[in-house]
Amino acid sequence: MMPSQVARWLFAALAGLLLLSIWLSLALGPVNLPLADTLHALFGLSGLGAPASPQAELIVGQIRLPRTLLGLMVGAVLALTGVAMQGLFRNPLADPGLIGVASGAALGAALVIVGMSRWMTLPAAIEPYVLSAAAFAGGLLVTGLVYRLGRRDGQTQVATMLLAGVALTALAGAVIGLMTYLADDATLRALTFWNLGSLNGASYARLWPLLLVALGVALWLPRRADVLNALLLGESEARHLGFDIEQVKRELILCTALGVGAAVAAAGLIGFVGLVVPHLMRLLVGPDHRLLLPASALAGGALLLFADLAARLLVAPAEMPIGIVTALIGAPFFLYLLIRSRH
Amino acid sequence: MMQADGLGVSRGGRSVLRGVSLGLRPGQVLGVLGPNGAGKSSLLGLLSGELRADAGSVLLDGQLLQDWPGRQRAQRLAVLPQTSSLGFGFQVKQVVRMGRMPHDTGLALDQQIVEQVLEAVDASHLAGRNYLQLSGGERQRVHLARVLAQLWPGADGQVLLLDEPTSMLDPLHQLSVLDAVRRFADHGASVLVILHDLNLAARYCDQLLLLGDGGVQASGSPEQVLQPAALQRVFGIDVLVQRHPERGHPLIIAR
Repeated sequence: MMPSQVARWLFAALAGLLLLSIWLSLALGPVNLPLADTLHALFGLSGLGAPASPQAELIVGQIRLPRTLLGLMVGAVLALTGVAMQGLFRNPLADPGLIGVASGAALGAALVIVGMSRWMTLPAAIEPYVLSAAAFAGGLLVTGLVYRLGRRDGQTQVATMLLAGVALTALAGAVIGLMTYLADDATLRALTFWNLGSLNGASYARLWPLLLVALGVALWLPRRADVLNALLLGESEARHLGFDIEQVKRELILCTALGVGAAVAAAGLIGFVGLVVPHLMRLLVGPDHRLLLPASALAGGALLLFADLAARLLVAPAEMPIGIVTALIGAPFFLYLLIRSRH
Repeated sequence: MMQADGLGVSRGGRSVLRGVSLGLRPGQVLGVLGPNGAGKSSLLGLLSGELRADAGSVLLDGQLLQDWPGRQRAQRLAVLPQTSSLGFGFQVKQVVRMGRMPHDTGLALDQQIVEQVLEAVDASHLAGRNYLQLSGGERQRVHLARVLAQLWPGADGQVLLLDEPTSMLDPLHQLSVLDAVRRFADHGASVLVILHDLNLAARYCDQLLLLGDGGVQASGSPEQVLQPAALQRVFGIDVLVQRHPERGHPLIIAR
């Protein structure tokens, strides 16, 4: 256990960082709002204070607040499930995409995007929901397949699962490539944005499913902090400490599939958050999951909001896919960690 | 307390163990000896529930091993594997504290127990160190402390299974660690320990089980088991057996 004084300061700093990212995310954009106006609009919207100017309420309430909430939840869920997978695979290089959920979701989305452009048109009002549902279903299906392939004699072979995940990810990538080849220019653009992720188009209606899943993941995973710690000793050791490991593995995989599936369905594929955030937090608070999980959730939310700020401010008035930003920050940072840990 | 009857297991069509029976009595240390591939680790796997037996049964504290709910089993049965694959930088006291997971005894008592078991394996000075920066022998002592913490202070009905706990230790710690295990057993728990060093086995064990070729070749007190003929047959070594001049237990000398 690290000195609780240090832990308290770290959590205070992380919470401060998160608040800063929320404030900037609400205040900055094509129209920059002063802090007072942002707060005023929030209070006005929640009915706690006097109504703010209609313009500020519209910008904050209809555009930036749903986008900020989406970013918070996607970042927190990706970071939390990243911790869960690194614990399950007992490998700090594991990523929530390892069990095939991300590529399955991308495949589901790609099939719908290209299918709709070539063979049928859906009313514009329900199109985003069909797309999200297809992504969610694709993620769960591929993960279910990976899980089945990893079962032997009633036990889940983690190493076999990992290999099955790699193979199915490659297969899904090939099919997505085929879809790209078949796509026309407009569809190609939609596919690209999906594969690189974006918080664009956030609305309250699309937030609800993710909100439910994110709350579930954020409440449930920390309750498994002890067994995640025990798993790091080894599966047998965790069993000898009294845990039902087969049950725990099922729960962790289901939790990750639901969380990542919902996150990808809402915002597309956003890489590196699930890998880098847990890694970085482990350097700060140590490997104890009782601290690592909450720290990663806070940092994941903040990181995604900062990345989204960069994505929409750097090339304004246009917008970059957020996955490009997270990879541009994440990959060099990861290399830096790698080189540093060798010395 | 643990009772195993007629244990047998095969792997890939080859019989690894057959007809092994043994009893672990309160306060006793049972040593298991045998050459590589004799089935020692398979026996430990069966007794810990890691392996499913093809034949025979294991009773823990009077109840079938597989019928114990996980947590209650873990309060009575602790297992030290031969090697550990822990690859994350916990502090040593965090690792040892994990042994307290099956219990709800509270932070204060747990911390006290962590201190006592670290003291017992002569690792108090490592408490604040990063596990990954320890040597192999230090890590082995930390894991022994962890499984001791799981049963500490040890009582009648509890069982500790140790797979070669001294394999990476220097001569001083081989003795001090087995001393600690011996003292732990004196509180009433039963201990089974797999050893390779015949003289350590003679010095610390009340009973010995000599495994060879998947079956029991000899069992009984160290004086009964450590006979030149049996050791010749099982290990293929030519030895003299004498009495330890001060302690009286058998002393094995290679010729």
